[in-house]
Amino acid sequence: MPLNVTKVRADFPILKRKIGGKPLVYLDSAATSQKPRVVIDAIDRYYREYNANVHRGIHRLSEEATIAFEQSREKFARFIGAKTAKEIIFVRNATEALNLVAFSWARANLKPGDRVLLTEMEHHSNIVPWQMVAKEKGLKLDYVRINDDGILDWASFAELIKQSPKVFSLAHVSNALGTINPVKEMAREAHKIGATVIVDAAQSVPHMPVDVADLECDFLAASGHKMLAPAGTGVLYGRQDLLENMEPLMGGGEMIKEVHLQSVRWNDLPWKFEAGTPNIEGVIGLGVAVDYLSKLGMQNVREHEKDITKYALERLASVKGLALYGTKDIEKRGAAVSFNLGNIHAHDLATVLDIQGIAIRSGHHCAQPLMERLRVPATSRASFYIYNTRREVDILVRALETARKMFNI
Amino acid sequence: MTKGIYKETILDHYRHPRNYGDLPNANARAKDSNVLCGDVVEMQLRIDANRIDEARFRGEGCAISIATASMLTEFAKGKSIREIKKLGKEELIRLLGADPGPGRIECALLGLEVLKAAIDGGQDPTGPEELDR
Repeated sequence: MPLNVTKVRADFPILKRKIGGKPLVYLDSAATSQKPRVVIDAIDRYYREYNANVHRGIHRLSEEATIAFEQSREKFARFIGAKTAKEIIFVRNATEALNLVAFSWARANLKPGDRVLLTEMEHHSNIVPWQMVAKEKGLKLDYVRINDDGILDWASFAELIKQSPKVFSLAHVSNALGTINPVKEMAREAHKIGATVIVDAAQSVPHMPVDVADLECDFLAASGHKMLAPAGTGVLYGRQDLLENMEPLMGGGEMIKEVHLQSVRWNDLPWKFEAGTPNIEGVIGLGVAVDYLSKLGMQNVREHEKDITKYALERLASVKGLALYGTKDIEKRGAAVSFNLGNIHAHDLATVLDIQGIAIRSGHHCAQPLMERLRVPATSRASFYIYNTRREVDILVRALETARKMFNI
Repeated sequence: MTKGIYKETILDHYRHPRNYGDLPNANARAKDSNVLCGDVVEMQLRIDANRIDEARFRGEGCAISIATASMLTEFAKGKSIREIKKLGKEELIRLLGADPGPGRIECALLGLEVLKAAIDGGQDPTGPEELDR
């Protein structure tokens, strides 16, 4: 059943906003998504009716909060096909999830001289933690090259995998180019040589069906706020046996079973990794967001985004002087579209569009190595989600024409 | 349609920057960049008796950074060093005739900072950024 976008839009109060008298056209969901009323209400209800700290509380409010909190974990586990909710660790964002793997798992399991394989299109969050651990442990970082269409070059991958990296960590979908990487096929090759496979799924979990068993990944990082949930929510999925053998990164309350003056016993999974009071309302909101998306159906979400992205690529190609980055093959890309218009600086373009109520993102998209590879200082990025319409694409295109005239190109 | 910060004067200075290029007899210069957006501005000045006789700039970047640098070279000519040093965000917005807003004010401030740096110390305008790409 295709997405009923009119109905979806009615669920998002913010979409009624006007910017300088013009209706908001929100095309920045790859940065963070807007939130449906059910999520906002869930947060509101938590604070009005059962605000309490989770776990160990022997009173009604704490029990209710704990149940709601842990239900979100079960929901998320089902949503991405984890075997058990123990494999779901709540963190602040996908960045923290990747840092947790790098600083806990990789730091303990990699030796000087070991190689870590990344790709040229990674977000800084999947580069910088590895650089930090590499410096400390004496690791070598390699990067799978991309071709001019923004697709990972299989020959480069095949060559680098021969160097027997201990880790292969890659984005499922590029935040800057929208490319969907063949994670499953690459994970299979990486596993053949014994590498641990980590998937940065911040840009895929909100937009398409993602199943960790199908992808055959060992770890997966996702971010809640990009999938209708509140900010400050992220998830690290890890295979149970890997997580069991990992040391926690942060110590404190919640993550212990018993503490003595000279010794400590860690708590069980998943709480071993969740020191301190968590983002309770955020995680409860994440559970509601998962329900909302599940009800829409992730395949329907994907189909809607394919339709709007295909339309956007066609319409944008008609704008004189507009350079599009990334593949045109709709099967191989998600709903983030990067472009530059003539020699207009990406920030100027974003400001001109903002004047017309259109929110896009411009800059290096936390992917400076990719920008260097594309030989541009910055790009503008329009990213679509369940609430965006073809009409909004038309508004974007009209605004780009205005910008073109304004800057005489 | 409202053009916001992109008033005709600003677009004109962006398309046709004034005082663009090298100043052969410059005795003060500075260059800086805004790493986040890749804007680079270099100022070359001729200062005599605490007064700016000539100002030229070279730069690369967004319309706001280039237009501001261009307008500042016109503004600076004939002004005393003290007058330039007193310039702040408010004066800059007045000079531009529009407020770029919190997200873009840094683009405008780059030119002013470089102008002040040239007056202050005239650092050697060499750096990792290449102007001629």
